[in-house]
Amino acid sequence: MNPQNLSLNPTSIRSKFTKTFLRALTRINNRRPPISPSREIYQRYRRVKIAADASMASAVGSRRTWSRAILWKIRNQRRYRALVSRRISTHAMTKRDPRENYGREVGHGSADELRRIVPGGEAMDFCSLLGETAHYIKCLNTQVQVMRSIADLYST
Amino acid sequence: MSSRRSRQSGSSRISDDQIIELVSKLQQLLPEIRNRRSDKVSASKVLQETCNYIRGLHKEVDDLSERLSQLLATIDADSAEAAIIRSLIM
Repeated sequence: MNPQNLSLNPTSIRSKFTKTFLRALTRINNRRPPISPSREIYQRYRRVKIAADASMASAVGSRRTWSRAILWKIRNQRRYRALVSRRISTHAMTKRDPRENYGREVGHGSADELRRIVPGGEAMDFCSLLGETAHYIKCLNTQVQVMRSIADLYST
Repeated sequence: MSSRRSRQSGSSRISDDQIIELVSKLQQLLPEIRNRRSDKVSASKVLQETCNYIRGLHKEVDDLSERLSQLLATIDADSAEAAIIRSLIM
């Protein structure tokens, strides 16, 4: 056995995510269903999705802006929506650091698009945005792989 | 409107080289661009592909969430955890 096999490392992001997510799935399964069955299906899907995102963000912890943004958003749903609309309008009005314009020159505004897609991306400088994006992509890939493994395991 | 300002070397916190390096790191993560084996991908294209790729991953998470919500009753967390962590060799 290779002791450095990352998949057996209990502290790896993948392991933490798997553990947390599976526990969340059990909890969701044990919840009392709502009165109407049609609502139940949608609610379960929503809860699973939120559990997946939250489990990954919590596996990463607070060391990344994107994971903090997700955790904060989930904990403060209503307040988050008000803040985001305020933050986006003030961000557009303030004078940008000329170095940040690199994102605009380069991408014709696709850096703006990236900012909307990466959690917490609105307030980052361009360099940080790129670094966070790379980490976010790696974690999303892990999330998808584990979710797919679970689904395949129980699909037969 | 952004006017082209002369780039300050040395004192600037964000250098062109840093940005180029970060963009190429992103490029390595994108399967589509990686497989084209072309060095001449513009940063703009990388950003665009990145957005598309992330959106694709979000969609996969959505689809898998739906699948899992249907399988919920059959999932046994403890044996699943052991099986998955054992089998994921990355």
